[in-house]
Amino acid sequence: MKNLKPIFFFAVVLLALNLNAQNNAGLKLPEGFKATLFADTIGSARHIAITKSGVVFAKLMYPNKAGKSIIRLEDVNKDGVADKINGWANYGGTGIVVKGKDLYATSDNDVYLYQLNDKDEVVNPLSPKTIVKGLIAKNQHASKSITLDGDNNVYVNIGAYSNACQEKDRTPGSKGMMPCPILDSAGGIWKFSGTKENQVYGDGKRYATGLRNVVGLDWNTQSNSLFVMQHGRDQLNSFYPTLYNDAQNAELPAETMYELHEGDNAGWPYVYFDPYQKKKILAPEYGGDGKKEGGENALNPTVFFPAHMAPNGLLFYTGDQFPAKYKNGAFIAFHGSWNRAPLPQEGYFVAFVPFKDGKPNGEWEIFANGFSGLAEGEKVTNVRKVKSRPCGLAQGPDGSLYVSDDARGSIFKISYAK
Amino acid sequence: MAKQLTILFSTLLFFTISANAQDLVKGKKIYETRCLACHQADGGGVPNMNAPLDGSSNLVGNNIARLVKIIRGGYSEKIALDGYYYNNVMTANPDLKDEDIANVLSYVRTSWSNKASKVTLAQVQAAKNKK
Repeated sequence: MKNLKPIFFFAVVLLALNLNAQNNAGLKLPEGFKATLFADTIGSARHIAITKSGVVFAKLMYPNKAGKSIIRLEDVNKDGVADKINGWANYGGTGIVVKGKDLYATSDNDVYLYQLNDKDEVVNPLSPKTIVKGLIAKNQHASKSITLDGDNNVYVNIGAYSNACQEKDRTPGSKGMMPCPILDSAGGIWKFSGTKENQVYGDGKRYATGLRNVVGLDWNTQSNSLFVMQHGRDQLNSFYPTLYNDAQNAELPAETMYELHEGDNAGWPYVYFDPYQKKKILAPEYGGDGKKEGGENALNPTVFFPAHMAPNGLLFYTGDQFPAKYKNGAFIAFHGSWNRAPLPQEGYFVAFVPFKDGKPNGEWEIFANGFSGLAEGEKVTNVRKVKSRPCGLAQGPDGSLYVSDDARGSIFKISYAK
Repeated sequence: MAKQLTILFSTLLFFTISANAQDLVKGKKIYETRCLACHQADGGGVPNMNAPLDGSSNLVGNNIARLVKIIRGGYSEKIALDGYYYNNVMTANPDLKDEDIANVLSYVRTSWSNKASKVTLAQVQAAKNKK
């Protein structure tokens, strides 16, 4: 009997591996795609970045049980599951991006730069260069997401520490401030040099404004421009019950994607985008009634999605592994809503939008679903009990798509087999 | 006389029970209109954003004065609760009457898995004077 123990253990492991492969780690994917649970319970994994050799780095919102907040994951035996995992750093945050041997990571105030060696191991875990410091972080929308262009610049989201720039935030009847003073130092995307150290606000520039909070952003190499996903405002029904009922609040406003160029303005807090009227509507805090339009000089969204789904990750797919329709298209990780209550929640999936020459080229669709762990067709009503919440996206060197989850702390690897 | 007393006590008992039941019904109504959007129907809140009420050590604890203060004045700091952080702003409710606060606190302290004591009007008033 004693001798059977290892065999039994081996059988259980085999069975687990087999189940993992068979059920695509619980995900529902288009025909021909499969998924593995690349990593599990690593901590609150926000954004992820992958080197050319396939090493994955995850930024955690809070240090994990081992006290680490940047996790390095390597799949040495190439079975689709990370088998060498370690970490460093002790500050929480969301942003992480890698370019060659430069690894950028963010806290809620700063942007740091680490150096990797030829094995993609961090050289200076305790002494990164501080690239940007002293950015505003006031709890709400404090996380800093980053991306790079092809020119050694880093783009940083600085979220507005407010819902709708009211004199008293999230308070019924409190007016919107005019002009909104938050926009001086937040509510937009700031551009900094990716190489200069110790930059502060004055060393960068406000690249685009009028963005309440962006978590997912990516540089599109076809259009050579920045794309971002905005989190739309909350609680129209809570604060303006005579203008919006629960059902209207659940569908307003749209979650929006914007293509940004220097000097652009997306309209927050003065307007929101109504997906039914397909118009920029004046916010009720600024005298709106649900119909009056506003934001003449503000951008229209490049693509819009149902309300409150919380787009936390954006990735333009440049790989060759997936079928042709996915090439250069946008994947969006929707973290999932809470502000649709008392109605059922939406999101908790990865969506796809086809692109051609840097422009959307077709309707958006759900690409990967089932993260919530509920039966197919069942809607989330208990946000706390959701199994996984998609957050970050990254592309592996073989063209596989990785999705991180900050609820259970998983990373899913999605691949296509012809 | 005994019969009259029985009727009197039954009537008193009836009013006591229905008054309590009424508190929770009123409390539930307030919860649905003011609290549910963030704290959710299951009282579970939203991870990292809106603190849970179901199973919350703060909520079922004995510091009623603090609870009253938060409901009345709102809360805008990051809060650490039972090993997690929550960073969304809680809306102030300066217009709620003492009785409303007692009702909604009684409702949330006895709902879902919570089995704490109800909160009386006297406790809310005492909390106000306590500052």
